[in-house]
Amino acid sequence: METLAFQGVVGLSMAMYLWLISAGLTIIFGVLGVINFAHGSLFMLGAYLAFTFYGLLGWNFWLAILLSLAGTAVVGWAMERFFLRYLYGVDEAYQLLLTFGFILILDDAVKMIWGGVFRIPDIPAFLEGHWSVFGRPFPVYNAFIIAAGIVVGIVLWLGFERTWWGRTVRATASDREMANAIGVNVPRVFSGVFMLGAMLAALGGALGTPVRVVSPGLGAAMIIQAFVITVIGGLGNLKGAFVGSLIVGVLSAYGTLLFPVFELALIYLIMAVVLLVRPQGLFAR
Amino acid sequence: MGEGPVASGSRRRIVTPGRSAIGGLVLALVLLPLVGGQYAQYVAIQVLILSLFALGFNILFGYTGLLSFGQAGFYAVGAYGCAKLLLLTPSLLFGVVGGTLLAGAAALVLGVLCIRHTRIYFSMLTLAFGMMIFSMALKWRDFTGGDDGLVGIPRAPLEIPGLVSISMASMGRYYYFVLAVSLVAIAIAYRLVHSPLGLTFQGIRDSEGRMAFTGVSVRTYRLIAFVIAGLYAGLAGALLPALENTVTPPVAHWTTSADPVLATLLGGIQAFAGPIVGAFLFFMIKDIIVRFTEYWLIWLGIIVVVLVMGFRGGVVSLATARWRALRPGREGA
Repeated sequence: METLAFQGVVGLSMAMYLWLISAGLTIIFGVLGVINFAHGSLFMLGAYLAFTFYGLLGWNFWLAILLSLAGTAVVGWAMERFFLRYLYGVDEAYQLLLTFGFILILDDAVKMIWGGVFRIPDIPAFLEGHWSVFGRPFPVYNAFIIAAGIVVGIVLWLGFERTWWGRTVRATASDREMANAIGVNVPRVFSGVFMLGAMLAALGGALGTPVRVVSPGLGAAMIIQAFVITVIGGLGNLKGAFVGSLIVGVLSAYGTLLFPVFELALIYLIMAVVLLVRPQGLFAR
Repeated sequence: MGEGPVASGSRRRIVTPGRSAIGGLVLALVLLPLVGGQYAQYVAIQVLILSLFALGFNILFGYTGLLSFGQAGFYAVGAYGCAKLLLLTPSLLFGVVGGTLLAGAAALVLGVLCIRHTRIYFSMLTLAFGMMIFSMALKWRDFTGGDDGLVGIPRAPLEIPGLVSISMASMGRYYYFVLAVSLVAIAIAYRLVHSPLGLTFQGIRDSEGRMAFTGVSVRTYRLIAFVIAGLYAGLAGALLPALENTVTPPVAHWTTSADPVLATLLGGIQAFAGPIVGAFLFFMIKDIIVRFTEYWLIWLGIIVVVLVMGFRGGVVSLATARWRALRPGREGA
């Protein structure tokens, strides 16, 4: 019983990485109407950048995270500004294909720059140690991840619901032309939203550096789980992304414990059930 | 978000190459073993396999308007299915047909789920289910051999009980087998897309709502297209084990799903022959880039970006446009 409860808490921290990446994916889709296939690669880029600044150069943990967010935001900005922007009027299949091309480029670029094999840097001193949860040691770092995920959720909610910027973005999301007509600089909103999404993915990647191995395959693994989450939760819906992340994160933690061989199959099974029963997602409006 | 009656706004025309060009090409393929060595035959087999793989993909994408990123799943079912059968009974035909049908069955089951959505959602679903098959290939060690895959698969003779038994031991023999199978499969695909069925697919692609009004069950036809694509992916995969003598999990990985996507994009989605021309170009480009750098995917990615940004018609429609410009009299043909 305690093992089960403990595994649930471990799953929660996994859920937070998934939440950060699917939040970015969802926001970009909600506003731009584009699915960024390369979102997992941005997650991976964030992880590699944080690894470089924190693990290799030994800089301050927070500074490393900030720099990795900034670096990934620049890459995201370039993707939107110089490429995606010219495809808004075209069949959306081409937007998918374009971001698919970005996956190939980013994955191989990461291999070229950083090579293959990696060590995991130490956890920053102030986040080291364990708490006792259900009679088992629970790493403080996992608690930190869970807290970070919840804080990001609250900040996003406040930002979208309570600020001028958030209202502008929501207006653009619901009607591009009308927003344009009342004086919203739509291209700038698109750029901003894409950068925000990229930074959320990078944050997920960066926060994971002290506990997870970064490898060139990381992006693909993350994006597929993020897709499963958005199918379960409903695309373009932040609440759905959050709950979907919890479901997938916690269930894969239990899956690893109970049936290791079919751990992944379990998640797909749930996705299949959601598709049959409620194809629009659990939280679609 | 619904599946509204939104026309994609594209007026894609399906272009077909001239008969003499096809005759010349087939002749060149038949004569290839006389000129080229083992390696040329090996590469040619791979080009043919990718052609079939991409052709099926394009029936789904170019004709029906559904972009799948999970075709490697069915490719892998074909490959693993054929490998298992070959290990069981050494009969090439049995293995290839069995692998293909298994892939078709898998496409039918997953297709029912995937076609509940279209457009972006469909692409995400196919990617996810494709990776589900990958994770099974990797983790279901007892059946698939896990990481190591299935090894020691015989290139069994082509046997029709009571009639013939042709050894496939030499690369040349196997090349002719793959060529024959490919030509038949390509001819069938050509008939299919030029039949009322093919027209229905294109109708669904261009205006789903209008097709529904005329009484066409849009979902059923999407499922049919999905199963056809699955069968072709399965056939392509089933030709693999006897060539390589092994099957490993990477055949199911999403990067393998990328191959038919890239081949089709290179050749052009508007043309029936696009995927086939694209498969050839794909291996040419790979062969050239790999000579200079091991990081060939980055260049492939750059090619994809350039194609999507500037040349969405692919090579075949570019060539056809040129041809039309040179001979304006045939415009209406």
